[in-house]
Amino acid sequence: MHAMTSLTRRGLLKSGGALMVSFALGAALPKRTIAQSAAAPDVDSFLAIHADGSVTIYTSKVDIGTGLATAFRQTAAEELGIPVERFNVIEGDTATTPNHGGTGGSSGIPRGAADIRRAAATARQALLDLGSKQLNRPAADLTISAGEVHPAADGKGIAVAALIGGKRFSLKVDPQAPLRDPAAYTVVGKPILRADVPAKCTGRHPYLQDLTVPGMLHGRVVRPASMGARLLSVDESSVRAIPGVRVVRVESFLGVVAKDEWAAIRAARELKATWSEWSGLPGSAGFERTLRESPVERDQVVVNRGDANAPKPLSATYYWPFQSHASLAPSCAVADCKESGTTVWSASQNPFGLRGNLAKVFGIPQEKIHVIYLDGSGSYGSNGNDDAAADALLLSRAAGQPVRMQWMREDEHGWDPKGPAQLLDIRGAIDAEGNITAWETQMWLPGGPQGDRALVGPESAGLAQGHGQNAGAMTLNTDPPYATANLRVVAHSLKDTPLRLSNLRAPGKIANVFAVEGFTDELAVAAGMDAAAFRRRLLADPRAIAVLDRALAMIEWQPRPSPNPKPAAGNLHVGRGIAYMRYKHTENYVAMAMEVAVDRATGKVTVRRVACAHDCGLIVNPDGLRNQVEGNIVQTLSRTLHEEVTFDRSRVTSVDWASYPVLTFPEAPAIEVALIDHPDQPSYGAGEAASAPVAAALANAIFDATGVRLRTVPFTPARVKAALA
Amino acid sequence: MPTYRFRVNGNAATVDSWDPDQPLLYVLRNTLGLHSAKFGCGLGQCGACTVLLDGQAVRSCVLPIRQAASHAVTTLEALPARIPDAFIAEQAAQCGYCTAGMVMGAAALLSQTPHPSLDQVKQSLAGNLCRCGTHTRILNAVMRVAKA
Ligand code: FES
Ligand code: FES
Repeated sequence: MHAMTSLTRRGLLKSGGALMVSFALGAALPKRTIAQSAAAPDVDSFLAIHADGSVTIYTSKVDIGTGLATAFRQTAAEELGIPVERFNVIEGDTATTPNHGGTGGSSGIPRGAADIRRAAATARQALLDLGSKQLNRPAADLTISAGEVHPAADGKGIAVAALIGGKRFSLKVDPQAPLRDPAAYTVVGKPILRADVPAKCTGRHPYLQDLTVPGMLHGRVVRPASMGARLLSVDESSVRAIPGVRVVRVESFLGVVAKDEWAAIRAARELKATWSEWSGLPGSAGFERTLRESPVERDQVVVNRGDANAPKPLSATYYWPFQSHASLAPSCAVADCKESGTTVWSASQNPFGLRGNLAKVFGIPQEKIHVIYLDGSGSYGSNGNDDAAADALLLSRAAGQPVRMQWMREDEHGWDPKGPAQLLDIRGAIDAEGNITAWETQMWLPGGPQGDRALVGPESAGLAQGHGQNAGAMTLNTDPPYATANLRVVAHSLKDTPLRLSNLRAPGKIANVFAVEGFTDELAVAAGMDAAAFRRRLLADPRAIAVLDRALAMIEWQPRPSPNPKPAAGNLHVGRGIAYMRYKHTENYVAMAMEVAVDRATGKVTVRRVACAHDCGLIVNPDGLRNQVEGNIVQTLSRTLHEEVTFDRSRVTSVDWASYPVLTFPEAPAIEVALIDHPDQPSYGAGEAASAPVAAALANAIFDATGVRLRTVPFTPARVKAALA
Repeated sequence: MPTYRFRVNGNAATVDSWDPDQPLLYVLRNTLGLHSAKFGCGLGQCGACTVLLDGQAVRSCVLPIRQAASHAVTTLEALPARIPDAFIAEQAAQCGYCTAGMVMGAAALLSQTPHPSLDQVKQSLAGNLCRCGTHTRILNAVMRVAKA
């Protein structure tokens, strides 16, 4: 795998690609990086057209299984008029790719693809100019298709490779470069198959976890028995019988390295260590009370319109627990820390950010750290990958050899930074016609100073680092998308958090929409109105109404007030629910309808059908989009039905798939997705939006089925049964 | 060091393991360089490490090498294209870290039950987790083979 990677890179350089950064794995680090300010980037930093007519796209945005790389290929192919099969993508390599930001917040398409599109559009103009000289025709008469610049009307053309292959454009990206007319798109909007899928389905895709480098050791970490414990003593003789093991201790950071992976695993498990007592956590039981009662760092007025004192007789409280990325692969990294320079292979969603943070924490100049992204398992924001990189670096530095470090399952569940718990109080009022006359949301969130998140290993090792918390844009979608005269939203960020915070997929928005769309349903019930009709009256945006109507049609919605008047069949209550939102109030329009059955005897909720109507503007790849939307739905059903990080006073206690269950195949519902394309509108990312209304739609369906409103996630059988009793 | 003999993907394999309890997964990945089976939990809970042992789906992360000795192991690298092709046709992967386990689980099912119902497929993959939520497509892929 290592050899393979080198060859590809060397091949690229040999072929005379535009990026002339000297680079070879294991060799000296490049003299400069080509990372540049987003203000005036070079075309060459994003694109290289090779002598053989193939094209490489360079980007700091990473795919992680979302299909983003395929969307990039389509975008560039469309602008350049070069067949999409000729494109490949190099992602997240701090030595060879431009830094146009990390991957997150569904920004891959709206910002990442937009950067690549402008670079490709600039390149297109340059190719037309070069072609014009070669062909002796005005550039205005020329076009590019099938990788050839040729007269639009008739006549001989010339291959782009013959014009620029292996050479640099040496041009700044022109933000004004004319873009292809979406009406004439032939590649964007098509369900192009993802290039990574065949290898993934045949066991040949090269994952980070499969990487080996010469002289590599396997490492494992031994995390403290309680989260804040100090290491008092280590009995190295406890692992002496295991061959080739070295114990690494830096202050309270403890790990092992060995040539043999299984030896490292056994040693980490059997190493006897004594830790100090520590019980600084509040415990997850009753954490909603902790949230409400803890010291507040800042009160943010998110929205304030009309009369804050308008009467609001109706009220409800919603709670969302801490949740884990629970990535299927425990976080992993390979680090090679040498005096001459450090190389880190990582599946981090933000390789440049990781490099900067490692440089700061380890006191290594940034130019001496080379971070290379390789695919890991899915992560849905920052999971433990950055921490794993720091662990690998600590181990490699101590061992003086490259180290592949992978967390064990309990490390991942126990120590990945978590999606925050949220508590929302909502109060509201309606008038006789079903108008929302007043609304107030108050939200409590664990918090802390903004900035880089502390890395677990360096924390134990006593390295100086920041202790920022970054959970993403948590406060959006805290107000209803409906006409509301008097509206006030206040977010209370607490001074502290028991667990490190992370931007877990659709940060904050799932819980916010759960509360807002749940309470909207409560208002519809109070009005005695059909849940869909109540919402529809209060929407004005035609695109909002379009997705709502589409989802209703798909689920064959029968207008009537909730709950379902039809009596239960035995213990089985059946109902339907609807939720609508516009992501961040400015992006995707999504309506989600569900049909559920609830078993009164067992408390088990069965999601029978999900119908989702999704409008993200221009669609780049409908199949890739559909895959993302389906994934969002299933994953959020899992989060809603099953997932809660539990912790006692000392440690996280949900540390495997038994104590932190996720949705399984027998629970997989039938999912129907309608994609509404607007080729004339900007593209919004779709990595998150469809998650946001899932919990609300499910809770609303359960209410319709049973007449009982669930306001606390997860909807475990025990919780549902208790609520129905 | 004790030596273990078994068949892997149709070939005889002889491997040394200092620990008879070393799970098959590490032998496949590190000794034999077969990377399709993945480490997900090491607890038999997720299915990412699924391979076939004499045609049965097993969790290689909890199968000691001594128990694999003198049996026939099949990994995705050597599986006929029929099931992987169905997965590719359905684009049944996001990150793909679970995919090898899914394909091997499906292979074990389909060799016993060539035309399973959707419900049988769901039940037989109940122990294979997919965190990305690719369930719909994985089911479609297996049903594509089941109906062929
Ligand atoms: S890795 Fe074997 S079941 Fe999870
Ligand atoms: S595709 Fe990522 S875990 Fe299944």
